[in-house]
Amino acid sequence: MEYQWDFAAVFRHGDLLIEGAKGTFALAGMAILIAFPIGLLVALMRLSRLPVIAWFAVIYTDLFRASPTIVLIYWFYFAFPLLVGVDFNTFTAVSLTLGLQTGAYMAEVFRGGIQGVKAGQWQAAKALGMGLGRTLRYIILPQAVRRMVPIFFTRLTELFKTTSLAAAISYTEIVQMAQRTASDTFRPIETFTVVALFFFTVIFTASQFVRFAERRFAVPE
Amino acid sequence: MDEVLRVENLHKRFGLLHVLRGIDLSVHKGETIVILGASGSGKSTLLRCLNFLEMPSEGRITIEGRLVGRETGTPGVMSYGTRELNALRARVGMVFQQFNLFPHMTVEGNVMIGPMKLRGMTEETARTLAHDNLRRVGILEKAREYPARLSGGQQQRVAIARALAMEPTMMLFDEATSALDPELVGEVLLSMRRLSEEGMTMLVVTHELGFAYNVADRVIFLEGGMVHEEGTPQEVLQNPKQERTREFLRSHTLFRLPDPAPEAAGHS
Ligand SMILES: Nc1ncnc2c1ncn2[C@@H]1O[C@H](COP(=O)(O)OP(=O)(O)OP(=O)(O)O)[C@@H](O)[C@H]1O
Ligand SMILES: [Mg+2]
Repeated sequence: MEYQWDFAAVFRHGDLLIEGAKGTFALAGMAILIAFPIGLLVALMRLSRLPVIAWFAVIYTDLFRASPTIVLIYWFYFAFPLLVGVDFNTFTAVSLTLGLQTGAYMAEVFRGGIQGVKAGQWQAAKALGMGLGRTLRYIILPQAVRRMVPIFFTRLTELFKTTSLAAAISYTEIVQMAQRTASDTFRPIETFTVVALFFFTVIFTASQFVRFAERRFAVPE
Repeated sequence: MDEVLRVENLHKRFGLLHVLRGIDLSVHKGETIVILGASGSGKSTLLRCLNFLEMPSEGRITIEGRLVGRETGTPGVMSYGTRELNALRARVGMVFQQFNLFPHMTVEGNVMIGPMKLRGMTEETARTLAHDNLRRVGILEKAREYPARLSGGQQQRVAIARALAMEPTMMLFDEATSALDPELVGEVLLSMRRLSEEGMTMLVVTHELGFAYNVADRVIFLEGGMVHEEGTPQEVLQNPKQERTREFLRSHTLFRLPDPAPEAAGHS
């Protein structure tokens, strides 16, 4: 017997999926806000001339890269609150986990980007009278970031998809809501088709935007 | 009174390598000094100590009457503050062999960034200043281009304009023409010569003896990290007293005079 597709049932329960999508965006957004500054900070620590600071950065990156995301999520939701004595809601626990872990990956990307800028650029900035802050902001990072955009984007794509792991601690994101929609409507195939399209559309749109931005800000080399 | 730079007993060591072994130097406003010396004699190290891209191991550097740094307990050894050095580097222009333009900025952007971010100028004032200095080195028409689209000679002239826009009290040139194709050397030397004639105080490391002969007020021959011989270009280049200087000059017989034709540098 041929399968009878019925998306109408899914759309009748669309409010659940929309709520889930909002949750997914909020999570990804917060994680990105955490990941970028952490990534930059850890990268700069890694490049520090003081061995202790560089060493801390190495530990940080390796710790977060070695752990499966789902383990970190559980750890930040259940174990970390015990240590610091504050309860985390699911949003805080997952956005922190994803932000910190993505930050560790970003740190490596930032480090590569910064090291890719020629030594002469630092010299020229210094000779003009720029301190470390201005040199990074006006001279080094603009060159480093341009080169890193494609890798950044890959990382952010990963991050966006990884938000679905938040379902494990019952955070309201789109996959969690899809599971509920599927059991309410008895239409799992249609529901997950919609969810797959959701992820595709968001990432496709973002990739078009990144491509546009790359062209817009390209500089002759 | 109008002494712009005074160097007293300057030493620089890299670990056990004693590169500068007691340099004394006094430079007056408007003077152009050419520093000659064999490879490894410490010419770059000397220039880099003068704007503290390298920290002197020992010795006193006084710029415009102000001693840089503070005395430490150890005689001759100074300590320097970060802010002090940044402020000082802003007043000493440096031009490198490899140009080191900022590739992500236009030509005028390269020249404007210092005045805007370090001297607090508005964009409009900085642009005017940038254009004035680009005109000075004959490359105003490239203001909106990116460095990658320029020839080496043009890039180096932009680098000179970038340093000039900080309105420095002196300019340091470290083999500014050594990375250039031979046919592009003249336009850069010509810009430097004009600068010298305008009264800029300049310390120039170069192998272009023609430039030294025609432009320098004084020539210094470095050998083994010390001033081995010093005098007017005629004295040092034509009647060197020291055997090492004569030897050096024998291996540099090529007297390439800067091209006097103004068109060569694209001046309008
Ligand atoms: N950062 C450094 N660390 C260790 N040694 C250095 C450093 N910079 C320079 N030296 C050494 O100091 C000596 C003088 O170098 P410097 O670059 O000042 O010579 P130079 O006269 O400019 O030579 P060239 O004509 O080849 O440019 C060389 O032996 C060089 O290897
Ligand atoms: Mg040198």
